Amino acid sequence: MAPILEINNLFKNYGSVEILKDINISIEKGDFLVLVGPSGCGKSTLLNCIAGLEPITSGQMNIGGDDMTFVSPKDRDIAMVFQSYALYPTMTVAKNITFGMKVRGVEQDVQDRKLAEVAKQLQMENLLNRKPGQLSGGQRQRVAMGRALVRDPKLFLFDEPLSNLDAKLRVEMRTEIKALHQRLGASMVYVTHDQIEAMTLATKIVVMKGGVIQQMGTPAEIYNTPANLFVADFMGSPAMNLVPAKTSKGADGTHVEIARNGGEPIVLTDAKNRDLPEDVIVGVRPEDIADADARGGEAAQVAECTIDIVEPAGADTYAVMQLGGKHVTARLHAETNAAAGVSQRLAFDLSKVSYFDPETGLRLN
Amino acid sequence: MADTSFTPAGSGINWGKIALRWMLYVMLGLFALFYLMPLFVMVTTSIKSLEEIRTGDLISLPREVTFDAWRTAWSGACTGIQCEGVRPYFWNSVLIAIPGVALSTLIGAMNGYVVAQWRFRGANLIFSLMLFGCFIPFQVVLLPMARVLGIMGMAGTIPGLIFVHVIYGLGFTTLFFRNYYVSISPELTKAAKVDGAGFFRIFWSIFLPLSLPIIVVTVIWQFTQIWNDFLFGVSFSQAGTQPVTVALNNIVNSTTGVKEYNVDMAAAIIAALPTLLVYVIAGKYFVRGLTAGSVKG
Repeated sequence: MAPILEINNLFKNYGSVEILKDINISIEKGDFLVLVGPSGCGKSTLLNCIAGLEPITSGQMNIGGDDMTFVSPKDRDIAMVFQSYALYPTMTVAKNITFGMKVRGVEQDVQDRKLAEVAKQLQMENLLNRKPGQLSGGQRQRVAMGRALVRDPKLFLFDEPLSNLDAKLRVEMRTEIKALHQRLGASMVYVTHDQIEAMTLATKIVVMKGGVIQQMGTPAEIYNTPANLFVADFMGSPAMNLVPAKTSKGADGTHVEIARNGGEPIVLTDAKNRDLPEDVIVGVRPEDIADADARGGEAAQVAECTIDIVEPAGADTYAVMQLGGKHVTARLHAETNAAAGVSQRLAFDLSKVSYFDPETGLRLN
Repeated sequence: MADTSFTPAGSGINWGKIALRWMLYVMLGLFALFYLMPLFVMVTTSIKSLEEIRTGDLISLPREVTFDAWRTAWSGACTGIQCEGVRPYFWNSVLIAIPGVALSTLIGAMNGYVVAQWRFRGANLIFSLMLFGCFIPFQVVLLPMARVLGIMGMAGTIPGLIFVHVIYGLGFTTLFFRNYYVSISPELTKAAKVDGAGFFRIFWSIFLPLSLPIIVVTVIWQFTQIWNDFLFGVSFSQAGTQPVTVALNNIVNSTTGVKEYNVDMAAAIIAALPTLLVYVIAGKYFVRGLTAGSVKG
């Protein structure tokens, strides 16, 4: 079966400014694709191009196997949820949801039936006669979802739909969107700048920066094997520790030497034999640096480090120290006895370590 | 103004503050009186008899109230050789103002919608040029416009005057609607496009119903402009199609013998009444509408 969405060599310019450069994406039916990146990386522009709201400069696009490159938004069989919800302010919730069907001349009894279905699905039967101005943020969000659901399109597009909600509601709606995706088995493209949203929702993530795709893969691939320094730094919270180091080959694997503030450098051993240049940047996730006493296993190697800052976060305690001239965060357990200014025995686990080229920023292993 | 509950120790009442407040009221009152004086003179003079005007004081109240002057002004006063009062000209003004207001508001709304929500190449330039039209003194365009009206065969007709007023109202009406629509999220238009609505459908079903406050502002503005216009009225009309402002001028200037001040005053009030009425009825929307763009829902 043809991919539900296929983008080939898409370029988008505004005047002489290149906004999107050589975008190639392909997703299957039922995929949940998340476009993630910092502000101004072109992710929303790309979504607008998929919707047909922005013309593309060159390239080609298929939706559901049909060439949609020059088709107008209304004929692309898509539905879109916007950041501002974009509800029609003078229409009731019911009219908002049925507007699309009314414009397309769907029969009244079909409209009524679909409206009832969606209202039930999103538990908003009691809101149908209200105007958007009388709804709370979460309810508006729900109506915007309803307006998309009622269309039953080939492809759902979401443009940062949760960023106007407060933190608690955002997490609730996130779960709800995920549940909806699982229940409907629908194909979705979702734009966000929030990497946690990307990780939790996606079956496939596209990380973008400056209009260029940095990496495309499953959440696990993106998290465990980031393709370059940007992706490594952007995905994950707290961010991956990226520390300059020197490598050398040893009999028992690769030796990684990291400078330590006012002391001997730490030398860690990566059990795998790797072909690396001498100068690298080592990437270690905070959870791979833990209390020595808590973590066993052959992969862990213990080193003494002086802790600068301790940040309790409830479930975990983050400890920040200086290694290789950079701040390094370790994820300790909540009851750790680590204290600022005190030396602490930490266990480094290099089984998931990443190496990057300091010049190009590209992944080496 | 919200008074604070703060009171200086030792005294319950702040006399200085009260005196200041009273001074403020007295000042405002004096300004209001000064401003209302001409209207007062107009109204009292219009209900005095000529005899009383001649013998009495300008600002005294009428000893005897009579509406004869109003009757004459409405249907008997002479404008040149005809003596029909302002009535036919009043209806001319109505026939010019209502279509003029309706068309310029509707077209202005459409222009504002295009310039604000369908950002095409050069949209800003076109909008700036339209804005430029707001600042052109109308005297400048009299001759070219007379020529255009002549070519179109509308010289001296009421449709011709409507045309002129619509053209020269568009700068302002476009400005009003553009500024109102530019504060509306472009996502609204995008959502409607994805829903399958086209250019006119989005305008009629989504933007126009949103526009009540700015429609009120535009209607008041345009009605006042068109109704009070004298220059275009006197330049582009002929006998029988003159608006009430031109007729008023003729009444005041063409009396022979005794100058009937009471009739002049009554005619002037009649000519001014519709705009006053519009403002009284819709004034609060006017103030609200002018600030509506700056407040987000």
